[in-house]
Amino acid sequence: MSYDTSTIDQETQDAISVDQAKGDFSFPENHKFDAGVGLSSDTIDYISNVKDDPDWVREFRHKGLKTFLDKPMPTNWATKDLENIDFDKIRYYLSDGQKPKRSWDEVPPEVLETFERLGVPEQERAFLAGVEAQYDSEAAYSNVKEELEKDGVIFVNSTEGLKEHEEIFRPWFGKVIPTGDNKFSALNSAVFSGGSFIYIPKGLKVKHPLQAYFRINSENFGQFERTLIIADEGSEVMYMEGCTAPKFETSTLHSAVVELVAMKGAKIQYITVQNWSSNVFNLVTKRGMAHEDAEIRWIDCNIGSRLTMKYPGVVMKGERARGEVISIALANNGQHQDTGAKMIHAANNTTSNVVSKSISVGEGRSTYRGQVHIPKHLKGCKNNTECDALLINSHSKTDTYPAITVRGNQHVTQHEASVSQVSEEMLFYMEQRGIPEGAAMSLAVNGFINELAQEFPMEYSVELKRLVELEMEGSVG
Amino acid sequence: MSLVIKDLHANIDETQILKGVNLEIPKGEVHAIMGPNGSGKSTLSKIITGHDDYDVKSGTVTMDGVDLLEMDVDERSREGVFLAFQYPAEVPGVSNANFIRAALQARLPDGEELDAVAYYKNLYSKMDVLEMDRKFTSRAVNEGFSGGEKKRNEILQMMMLEPKYCILDETDSGLDIDALKIVAKGVNAMRSEERGFLVITHYQRLLDYIQPDHVHVMSDGQIVKSGGKDLALELEESGYDFLKEGELANA
Repeated sequence: MSYDTSTIDQETQDAISVDQAKGDFSFPENHKFDAGVGLSSDTIDYISNVKDDPDWVREFRHKGLKTFLDKPMPTNWATKDLENIDFDKIRYYLSDGQKPKRSWDEVPPEVLETFERLGVPEQERAFLAGVEAQYDSEAAYSNVKEELEKDGVIFVNSTEGLKEHEEIFRPWFGKVIPTGDNKFSALNSAVFSGGSFIYIPKGLKVKHPLQAYFRINSENFGQFERTLIIADEGSEVMYMEGCTAPKFETSTLHSAVVELVAMKGAKIQYITVQNWSSNVFNLVTKRGMAHEDAEIRWIDCNIGSRLTMKYPGVVMKGERARGEVISIALANNGQHQDTGAKMIHAANNTTSNVVSKSISVGEGRSTYRGQVHIPKHLKGCKNNTECDALLINSHSKTDTYPAITVRGNQHVTQHEASVSQVSEEMLFYMEQRGIPEGAAMSLAVNGFINELAQEFPMEYSVELKRLVELEMEGSVG
Repeated sequence: MSLVIKDLHANIDETQILKGVNLEIPKGEVHAIMGPNGSGKSTLSKIITGHDDYDVKSGTVTMDGVDLLEMDVDERSREGVFLAFQYPAEVPGVSNANFIRAALQARLPDGEELDAVAYYKNLYSKMDVLEMDRKFTSRAVNEGFSGGEKKRNEILQMMMLEPKYCILDETDSGLDIDALKIVAKGVNAMRSEERGFLVITHYQRLLDYIQPDHVHVMSDGQIVKSGGKDLALELEESGYDFLKEGELANA
């Protein structure tokens, strides 16, 4: 029997709820370091100087800039809306240059208030093993429970990771996602700051999730966090990220690179609830490498942003490795959710699973792009891909571009896709029971994603349902 | 206190479906409408509840003096009119328990939360009357339900929402005799001086179990004959052929 959300009391709900209206506020800027507007090799040097980068990182950045400038915008396959990003008007680095605080008491008052309003400290107390809270370019707060630290867990920002833990960081950095993977991974490589570096020692199963919260406060700004998570042999970790920004008239750019490495038998779950304001270009590259018997799951939910382009991937490099992408996208008026998955099978008996549900409302547009690659010399590989789209009215648009390249005949793949609508008859039925139109619509939409929402930890699945309700109620007359 | 339909004319697109329906259902009474397929019986139920496929051209529908035609579908429901559908819609992914709860929650003032414990207690007791398995609460609304399960679910919702006026549209269709008895048990348990019923049916069989106070015959968008419960038995005997004869006689 299912009580669903009835077992969660109001207080818990309030503590974990993050809605867009709640994120739509900002404080006056108070930055000690500002790389200024536009992007050049001086910008790179400015960032490297502020961060006191080692030489190898400075070189890495310059190479990134060159690659970024050399690569064309991918408008040959992606939306022309990308041309509306004005790279000369963006500020690439804003921070007060301080190291992240270990205690909320030491965080500057406006930053503390921001994260309190977003519910981050309460969540930390309630169910998290560690939190990193990033404000514009750098983490303002970063802490991990003491017992995890004793066990050898590293949870720091990328700057500290590359400096203090170079021996673990450097061998994997930029290896899962090379700089030249795409134009935006190159941009991130040039100007990255913030993001997390996580190392989980052999055999350690971290019970509670680690969380990162990415907050943009400033206008005309780009946030470029860089995350690297390494789960050593047999370890397990769950990482969750959330994000919000105030809605500005001008566009904001968020372009992250996230690399995961699951060593033999390790498990990584990476959960995203993306709720950027509707002026944010969210162009993110996420990929994991799963070694023998390892498992990487991306659970990805995109509700906010103007344009999201994100195709989390798993390279199954070791035998019996498993990759999974579970994604929910909600595209409302003025939004384009261009999401999908990449599953690269690179060893025998590897298994991948992609389940994608998208909802398009009003003029909203959802696109699914999938890539499943199984080369000829392998055997015993399996892929399952399911894409379901729900259209809320006739203006909505949805496209599916599955690309399944399977060579050889010793594999099992299946692909299912469906497009459905919330029918008039369904709405009439619900309204005849006294449920107002907006609530009926959100009930129908929550029903559509219900199965997937249960894949999220309870705290997040409640938030997800609330977000969907808010979005739907706002979108119906 | 009654549900009053006066001189109701309604179209779907350009086609006239209702051509002047007059009907009054006082609280405490069960009225049955019988008639051949296509006579406008189901249309009447959809118009009372506000389906927007139909254009009301003239006439009124009032419930205890309140004009229903001016209200939205959900408002009419909360005002107290309930339709047990002939073909209930499926709502994938939404559990029955959550669906009924959402309907009850919609009846509470803003900021007031439904008491979950009392709700489930009430739900289970009504399910017991209808001999429904507890697993039913977590199944998605009508999804993969048999015909009988769907109809029982309609009656369960009716019992939970406690409407002032209940319209049952062909509730007997697709039911075997055992399921029919259970559904009738639920309906009969709800009969009271405070509630009126409009039972739409093609066959007399249902009326053996839900005994009507009045029976009306509908044909070509009008009520052409009214009588006591014996009228249903007569129709069972002689069928609707008299309607055709009547038309011939009029011609």
